[in-house]
Amino acid sequence: MDASRFEKLSETSWKIEPFGAMRVPAIVYATKDLITEMDDKVFDQVTNVAKLPGIVRASYAMPDAHWGYGFPIGGVAAFDADQGGVVSAGGVGFDVSCGVRTHLTHLTREQIVSVQQELADALFADVPAGVGSEGKIGLDDTETTAMLSDGAMWAVERGYGRAADLDHIEEKGRANGADPAAVSDHARKRQRREMGTLGSGNHYLEVQEIVEIFDPDVAAGYGLVEGECVVTIHCGSRGLGHQIGTEFLREMAISAERHGIVLPDRELACAPIKSELGQRYLGAMRAAINCALANREIIGHLARQVFAKFFEHGELPLMFDVSHNTCKVEEHEVDGEVRPLFIHRKGATRAFGPAHPSLPKALQPFGQPVLIGGSMGAGSYVLAGIAASERQAFSSACHGAGRRMSRHAATRAWSGRKVIDDLRAQGIIVKSPSLRGVAEEAPGAYKDVHAVVDSAEAAGLAKKVAFMKPLICVKG
Amino acid sequence: MTKIVDRGRRSPGRWEHFPHGADVGVRGFGATAGEACEQAALAMMAVITDPTTVRQERTVEIELAAPSLDILLVDWLNALIYEMAERRMVFGDFEVSIDGDRLKGRALGEDVSCERHAPAVEVKGATYTELAFVEDKPGLWRAQCVIDV
Repeated sequence: MDASRFEKLSETSWKIEPFGAMRVPAIVYATKDLITEMDDKVFDQVTNVAKLPGIVRASYAMPDAHWGYGFPIGGVAAFDADQGGVVSAGGVGFDVSCGVRTHLTHLTREQIVSVQQELADALFADVPAGVGSEGKIGLDDTETTAMLSDGAMWAVERGYGRAADLDHIEEKGRANGADPAAVSDHARKRQRREMGTLGSGNHYLEVQEIVEIFDPDVAAGYGLVEGECVVTIHCGSRGLGHQIGTEFLREMAISAERHGIVLPDRELACAPIKSELGQRYLGAMRAAINCALANREIIGHLARQVFAKFFEHGELPLMFDVSHNTCKVEEHEVDGEVRPLFIHRKGATRAFGPAHPSLPKALQPFGQPVLIGGSMGAGSYVLAGIAASERQAFSSACHGAGRRMSRHAATRAWSGRKVIDDLRAQGIIVKSPSLRGVAEEAPGAYKDVHAVVDSAEAAGLAKKVAFMKPLICVKG
Repeated sequence: MTKIVDRGRRSPGRWEHFPHGADVGVRGFGATAGEACEQAALAMMAVITDPTTVRQERTVEIELAAPSLDILLVDWLNALIYEMAERRMVFGDFEVSIDGDRLKGRALGEDVSCERHAPAVEVKGATYTELAFVEDKPGLWRAQCVIDV
């Protein structure tokens, strides 16, 4: 994008004043270099979101923003139900509640490296990954309904996780207001064999070494110790979420006119929050959030089982689990008044500051962990939510590095075998069922995660806590 | 735009991919709306695996109706995505006929094999992004959209 199209508010904050049908301004948090690197479509999408009914304050894009569907990936927008606000299936996306969780291992790099290949092989064997892989937990319709109602709590009750984990998951592992009856038979069927599976694309399970600590107090509060390793899992609501996204996107696109909504882009398909369709979508979408939370809890359980084969103390306590494709009701201050708003985060992470009531007591002094997935080579970050983030983008931050290259360009630039060999030379073992999938996810296809995270910190969205580099990467 | 595949002299049908930031666009051309749909489906399959490696052992029949032609295209691709996920199949050939707002389609394929197909990605859904299903000139239809992977 051409940065001259923006009004510069600061080195990392750029504004587009409302024009045309925009109801509010658009704000992009990024350095000039990152903005220049972004596709022009990000400009169109962040301004299109500003045209939706009931949007509050501004349409935001995070430093990792890139061309998405309707919303940019890295888009944040809040809607007020009392002002005709909408909920958008396009604004949540197909992979409802896709997210990241990080388990502590309290194992050193040396301990992992001593069994690195065997551990990689075992994780790849026991955590289903890739197209057509099946989970070991088959669900009948009754169990599916229970899972959709209770999320990670369901998984724990069935023995696939620990009760202590729940405090360290957003909304304590269970999205309230889920309506399993709003989830179609097709969506249920698509999930029957997919519980506890990673999926494909950019989803992964990594064993990562904590190589740098930026904020020792917060890191200590989170349990992060330099030289120790963590297990990080990135995946979402699998086929069930994809099907819900597909079905509601269609229904909302077709019914927009009936609801008096002019869609600047059909992919922004939405419905008034206070409509039958809006409420039905919220019920189904929350059920899909629960599916994602249960799925990640099960994969965490599978990782624990593998670690227990190698290490005596393989408990893997959960540090935190956070979603980055959601619409959630949150209270925020707008014009001096605290109001419940429907916050859409599409490829963006919630980033509550210290003392937020939704945080477990142990994390309250430090703010919410914000987990930033990087590429296989560059590494990942843990950030912490800060109080100032509330004013910036309703307590939101980036979610990853963001792609800078299409999948096609990536497969032209790299072969999967070479990517695996190059990473092996750096001490990183990659396990994947698909060499082409690895090529498409090559580290060079992603933006510089350091620049993205530095931008997020400079913009006051979150602060840096720790940086991790992978030792093992299981790719879907 | 990259790979272009000819189906042979008998048919003007062909498909290609076009770039999208994080995902991929699929585009099919054909002499009829149905053929363009068949080619768009082949383009989508090629995102997952090489469709020429897929044996045609089983057939799945699909019938759809939609309020507009372009939504019919998205519905067709999404129906295939559902069938692939639910039946654990990949497809290598398609037959489509379109009459007004109705589509009758047939997908031919087999059970997915990690060894033989080495599927690169799972397709989450067909989107309305860059969606077009039009007759660009007499006898040349174009069916395209971005798919989320």
